[in-house]
Amino acid sequence: MKRCVLQPGIMDLAKYPFLAEAGEYLRDKGFNLEQLGHPDWAPLVEKAYGRIVVASSGQVYHPEGGRLENPDMEILSFIVAVILLKAAGINTLTRRFSLAEARRAERFLQQDLWANKDKKNLDLPLKIISELFGIRVHVEDDEFVIKVADYLQRAVHFHEKEWKLVNRRVGAGLVHLTSHETVRLIRTELGQYISARIQSISLPPIPDTFKSRVGDLVTLAGRFADAPVVSSDYPPCVKHAIEVLEKGENLPHSGRFLLATYLLARGQTADQIAPLFKNAPDYNERITRYQLEHISGSSGRGTKYQCPSCDKLRSESLCFKVPECDGIINPIQFGRKRGTANA
Amino acid sequence: MLERDSALVENAIKEYYFNHFDLVRIPPKPAQREFGYQKINGGMTRHISIKDVKELHLLLMRETPSDVYCSNAYYSFPSMPMSEKDWQGADLIFDIDAKDLALPCRKDHAVSRCGSCGTVFPGSRPLCTSCGSPKHETVSVTCRDCIGESKKEVKKLVGLLVEDLGIREEEVEVYFSGNEGFHVRVTNRDYEQLESQERADLVDYIMFNGAIPETFGMKRQSSSRSELPEMGEAGWRGRVATTLFGSKSRAPKASRQVLAEGYSAFQEKLEGMRQTLGARVDPKVTMDIHRIFRLEGTINSKSGLAKTRCADLDGFDPFSEACLLGDEKVEVVASSPAVIRLKNKKYGPYENERISVPKYAAVYMICKGLASTV
Ligand code: SF4
Ligand SMILES: [Zn+2]
Ligand SMILES: [Zn+2]
Repeated sequence: MKRCVLQPGIMDLAKYPFLAEAGEYLRDKGFNLEQLGHPDWAPLVEKAYGRIVVASSGQVYHPEGGRLENPDMEILSFIVAVILLKAAGINTLTRRFSLAEARRAERFLQQDLWANKDKKNLDLPLKIISELFGIRVHVEDDEFVIKVADYLQRAVHFHEKEWKLVNRRVGAGLVHLTSHETVRLIRTELGQYISARIQSISLPPIPDTFKSRVGDLVTLAGRFADAPVVSSDYPPCVKHAIEVLEKGENLPHSGRFLLATYLLARGQTADQIAPLFKNAPDYNERITRYQLEHISGSSGRGTKYQCPSCDKLRSESLCFKVPECDGIINPIQFGRKRGTANA
Repeated sequence: MLERDSALVENAIKEYYFNHFDLVRIPPKPAQREFGYQKINGGMTRHISIKDVKELHLLLMRETPSDVYCSNAYYSFPSMPMSEKDWQGADLIFDIDAKDLALPCRKDHAVSRCGSCGTVFPGSRPLCTSCGSPKHETVSVTCRDCIGESKKEVKKLVGLLVEDLGIREEEVEVYFSGNEGFHVRVTNRDYEQLESQERADLVDYIMFNGAIPETFGMKRQSSSRSELPEMGEAGWRGRVATTLFGSKSRAPKASRQVLAEGYSAFQEKLEGMRQTLGARVDPKVTMDIHRIFRLEGTINSKSGLAKTRCADLDGFDPFSEACLLGDEKVEVVASSPAVIRLKNKKYGPYENERISVPKYAAVYMICKGLASTV
């Protein structure tokens, strides 16, 4: 692991507990694992476990009240969570945890960029980005700028038209971004960085007080077995909608409608589909289920909604046509033999 | 190609490499590049590594290849099979081909050549005029207008590279391709690591493909004047503003009009600008990070002209500056409905005529399939 020269303060470590400095800080303060095994620390283990549970459901952990009132607890609960995950040894959990922690850090990173953009303390967020991901971000007239090549290497993974280079402000080899966009661009790498950090840590012998929660994690992971089947033969528009949700971004109503009607038409049930929406920032299980049932015609007046046409989706900028889409007018037809179109 | 024709062409090429080897230039880091070549009527030989100019000279003298290529990529092991080469990076390359510009003059200098009997006839007809075969290939003779228009595309491209992408002018090299277009090579550390998909998006930027009205402040609902681009802005927003408004004084009025016309009208305007402002390069070439690309100073067997560096693009005249084969007289029988211009001299039209012309002209016509030695 690369050594950082960030010199973060304790509040910074509470926001970014995956930085190598977090471990040093705890060591300096004299914490060790043996101590944390003392029953007095049970609330910490619970907090750490909670952090994983929240992440596994696709949501982002926030301390109660949304404030970092007890930075030591924030840092410690992250470290203990990592130890629990290492002990459980289940990759899907680690992946979900890394992604959720990346999104948590992303919010802070964005706030730090935004709040400090005319001040000196911009150093830390910019340093994190450059030390960890090798991207130099500069501030220019209230905007953030990065090199075109750095931009392209990340933005090609996004399908939305607005991320195409042609739809960005480009000049003198630099792309102009908002703080939100800057951070968005490195989300995947942040997740990968965190998961690499977790991989790199060697598991110490764990205190007995941790063991029951490790067992609970194994049980928890078992529940992912009934996740919806995401098939590679879905049309690009549907794949895109799923990706947006998986990244925890907001998918407009029309996109959710497409996803629901498409998957229902392909024979999936509302129960199977609902978990897909879990990562949405405004997820509410009851409402989602109600809407899905409404769309499927199994509740209310019983009208069954059809999957929208390619034309409609195109006008809503939800179409990401590929050559295999030629000749079809509805995503349902994707990958199937073309039917006779005339009545 | 007939044996006696290929003998003539090969000799002319050999003589060229003997006398003008100084014109052949290898790009930086030659030992990390993959080289390849073709011989007349032969297949492609690839995955060759060459450590320096001397070794290349030997190869040219020994093999007399009709075409010589060198990768834009650098590898750890350039002569290994593709999967084991260990890609390290690649120059950014662009290809501008007059054929893709589909200019109206094209019909005047493109002829058809029957695949069965070799008869050459003007334009394109479904069946051969002499044997009735439906098989034919289109042969195009290099044309001044096509070259002129291609130069304009090159300038658009270079402008975008320098102004928008921050590439320094010294890092951009422009070449006449040796046939009907231009090649551009960019050597810049920032861009050499880009992979294929990333280059594809870069090409879309250069061609102005996929621009959406929202980028220019135009929304489906309630757009406001303050979000429209202003003249003098960097990148495409600035170019679009200049095209929409023409001048600063016209901007207020013109922008009101743009807003009044609405979203889809704006979309159409963008499409129009794509065709006029975007640089028309071949996206496949730029996206290909394993391509072997014609080597500077070597002969292009589609014409017998050389791929030539253009230090001064405006003044560059491919018909003389890239026409470098010998000039002693050779007798050939030529049939060409199109006129050929080389070194300020016109050749043709010919109808199955026995003529005596300089070797470079004979080779040009033979390479195009419009003549044969006697
Ligand atoms: S063409 Fe139809 S199926 Fe293909 S991406 Fe667009 S909307 Fe989806
Ligand atoms: Zn014929
Ligand atoms: Zn022409």
